[in-house]
Amino acid sequence: MATVELRFSALPEHVRTARLVAAAVARRAGVDEAVLDEVRLAVGEACSRAVGLHQNGGISAPVKVLLIEEEKQFSIEVGDEAPHAASGGRAPGDTPGDTDAETEEDEMGLAVISGLVDDVEVSAGESGGSIRMRWPIVPPAGLLD
Amino acid sequence: MDLSLSTETMGDRTIVRVGGEIDVYTAPKLREQLVELVNDGSFHLVVDMEGVDFLDSTGLGVLVGGLKRVRAHEGSLRLVCNQERILKIFRITGLTKVFPIHTSVEEAVAATD
Repeated sequence: MATVELRFSALPEHVRTARLVAAAVARRAGVDEAVLDEVRLAVGEACSRAVGLHQNGGISAPVKVLLIEEEKQFSIEVGDEAPHAASGGRAPGDTPGDTDAETEEDEMGLAVISGLVDDVEVSAGESGGSIRMRWPIVPPAGLLD
Repeated sequence: MDLSLSTETMGDRTIVRVGGEIDVYTAPKLREQLVELVNDGSFHLVVDMEGVDFLDSTGLGVLVGGLKRVRAHEGSLRLVCNQERILKIFRITGLTKVFPIHTSVEEAVAATD
């Protein structure tokens, strides 16, 4: 089970809450202080993207964030339930209106995540997608001796 | 922390001072402000980001949108930012090549290129 699991309605105002919770759990897990800004930004980008996918697809399900503390690494997995076309194109039923702008924002969010996080996996399928990001945990100085 | 916005005119430049967090929730307010300024005829904008605590790609998108709008009127959009964590986001997205980024409002106002 995840160390902390967060589910929130797909609304922009809740993304900040997800950022704050993720940063707090990451700090407690031992992620380096210097990296916490990156954790905050990356989880915010992943959640913003998921919120956008749910809103554009008319999906009422919540966005799911798993914060997982392991021995040597800290993982965050942000899951959406938006059906993704296998080719990576737009799924049927998407509103055509602002398609270009939405795609641009989506790509910019992914660009920021891949620029920030060395270890990231993006997966997408018919029942939804996820972004999994991992950071190393710095052992407390006292335990190194 | 919400977004705070204030504007000030210096000659033909309009300074937009932004404070707080620019994210998926607050970015629309910044977009409205920039659109309103351009619609009112302010085409040379200086966005002072010294009070910004957080910026994500939604905020970057709004700034790029603002730049497109002022360029349509042969205007300019300059940024003022000294914070490394904010500058990093511009660097990893390649946007340092798109926006002139200055260290002070005075420098941005004086810039003419």
